[in-house]
Amino acid sequence: MTETTYKGAINKAIVDALAADDDVFFLGEDVGAAGGAFKTSVGIQERFGERRVLDTPISEQAIVGLAIGAAMKGLRPLAEIMFADFVGVAFDQIANQLAKYRYMTGGQVKLPVTIHLASGGGAGFGAQHSQAAENWLLNIPGLKLAVPGTPADAYGLMRAAVEDDDPVLFFEHKGLFNVKEDLPEEPARVELGRAEVVREGDAVTVVATQLMRHRALEAADALAGKGIAVELIDPRTLVPFDFATIATSVDRTNHLVVVQEAPAGGSWGATLISRIAAERFEMLDAPPALVVPPDTPVPYAGALEAAWLPDAEKIAAAVEASLAY
Amino acid sequence: MNERTRPAKLSAEERAEQLELLRAMHEIRFFEHECGRLFARGEVRGTTHLCEGQEAVSVGACRALREGDSMTCTYRGHGATLAMGAPLDESFGEVFGRAPGLCGGKGGSMHLTDLRVGALGSHAIVGAHLPIANGAAFEARYRGTGAVHACFFGDGSTNIGAFHESLNLASIWKLPVVFVCENNLYGEYSPLATTTPIERLADRAAAYGMPGERIDGNRVLEVREAVAAAVERARAGEGPTLIEAMTYRQKGHSRTDPAKYRPEGELEEWLARDPILLHGKWLAEAGVEQAEIDAAEAAAREAVGEALERALAWPEPEPAALLEDVWVAS
Ligand SMILES: Cc1ncc(C[n+]2csc(CCOP(=O)(O)OP(=O)(O)O)c2C)c(N)n1
Ligand SMILES: [Mg+2]
Repeated sequence: MTETTYKGAINKAIVDALAADDDVFFLGEDVGAAGGAFKTSVGIQERFGERRVLDTPISEQAIVGLAIGAAMKGLRPLAEIMFADFVGVAFDQIANQLAKYRYMTGGQVKLPVTIHLASGGGAGFGAQHSQAAENWLLNIPGLKLAVPGTPADAYGLMRAAVEDDDPVLFFEHKGLFNVKEDLPEEPARVELGRAEVVREGDAVTVVATQLMRHRALEAADALAGKGIAVELIDPRTLVPFDFATIATSVDRTNHLVVVQEAPAGGSWGATLISRIAAERFEMLDAPPALVVPPDTPVPYAGALEAAWLPDAEKIAAAVEASLAY
Repeated sequence: MNERTRPAKLSAEERAEQLELLRAMHEIRFFEHECGRLFARGEVRGTTHLCEGQEAVSVGACRALREGDSMTCTYRGHGATLAMGAPLDESFGEVFGRAPGLCGGKGGSMHLTDLRVGALGSHAIVGAHLPIANGAAFEARYRGTGAVHACFFGDGSTNIGAFHESLNLASIWKLPVVFVCENNLYGEYSPLATTTPIERLADRAAAYGMPGERIDGNRVLEVREAVAAAVERARAGEGPTLIEAMTYRQKGHSRTDPAKYRPEGELEEWLARDPILLHGKWLAEAGVEQAEIDAAEAAAREAVGEALERALAWPEPEPAALLEDVWVAS
């Protein structure tokens, strides 16, 4: 076992993926010589060379498109988009090409493309470098979305993403880079579409990913002191989505609180709540709650960003309100 | 007449090869006539974009490729896809939305794709396939296969960001790709001069440090020769080329466009330079018998007729098929 950071786990996963298969190559802005804007790829080009680890021009469409064309011919590209917010620049390639290509060719192509993006707020990067952008991609059949919250999941989901035959967008959260965990020499893959029950409990089901998962765990600790046993579930991937694990939990707790780092409209949290309400209405003892930031861009000032992001207190309050209903 | 490509006297082999180019252009022409006719009958859904008048670019460029090479094109892609060797019947089947169509009826006229012959896809977002073309070329370089990729797009596509990102990346990485711009003078209903500040699009190559060449896109031999030289360069590891093939879209942008915006006399001028007409004349001047020229046309007409009959008899996809092909594994 080695104590490994979230950032280190991502680096190790990329290294192991490149070592395992010569069809894997890694491209993006400053991923090579500079070791990545967040230093997640330090040392990787030194080890694998410029043939397999390529620095690109600042051309997000060209990066994603190249990955698509290469994947069509049998390679397994790992393409980096530095900040998830920049996905807008490559949105056509992702939404209209990557996601639809297989379908509109009647299954002639498979596109084992992984896109690696740094997502999320809390670090003072301002409105254009802080968005948890995964919800933008939610309404596009054909894309898998991974949102790891721990070093083990970051490693396991990255390996699974690269080995998956379908396109996967892998969002790493910038607020978690220094989270540590003991990992074995060869950490396990994490199957796409398998939620983790982070903590078992019988009072209320709380669902959260990434930074919100950690804040929800804080809230669960505080609530445990009051005798409230929270069951915390991290879906780990938004597509495919492990609805069954959450539904089974709600059937037992009869309460649902979903926490997400994005406004409610068109989001995975809102979708989850609508489905629980539609399919298990009679199992609920209280209206499902969605703890979200307000409908504004992510603000810059520390005081404003802190007020924007849901925190442990807001989560705990939502749990208590649900139980008091 | 392109002097460089007119041999004094054709050998039997050369004659057959030249007649084959003519036959291939006729095949596309007849195929599209049927698409146009059946659109009016409701067999073609949505819309369809004909490349009538541009067949020499498709045939000339694709016949400069060899097995293992690949191609991407636009929604105006019947010509290029057929020129790569996609079967006529399955191509018709796709345009009509039939189950045995190239894409099982999930693509349609704008998305003809046949991986078996290296036709990697027809794309209906302007310029979106140029980045993808780079990827196909990258794979060839990465694995050292020696393959080259040809990418077709229109004049209007040179004003979209993906064009610039793609030419830049292809050049800096010396990717084995040939960019073939079919300058048919219009982007949808807008004449080029109203949207583009330069007249010679080949000049755009200079900004990306690659050769740019303007050619007569209505002369199939000139196209083949220019693309062959670019392909050779690409195969030798010397990187991409931008070829601007001057041609003309004889029909409207799509089947519902009567093209009233064209200046008087323009169409007639270009009809006199029709690529099939020009190559027929070239053959006659090279001493090929009229009977052989007519036979090439008849062979194409017959093949298209037979394929059409087969495709029209094919069933539509079962509704359950709509759920297939989203994921490789679920
Ligand atoms: C990104 C995008 N913008 C607009 C359109 C609508 N559109 C379809 S074809 C076309 C004209 C393209 O012109 P050109 O590149 O010259 O190709 P041509 O149709 O002449 O073959 C336009 C504007 C589109 N499909 N995609
Ligand atoms: Mg045009």
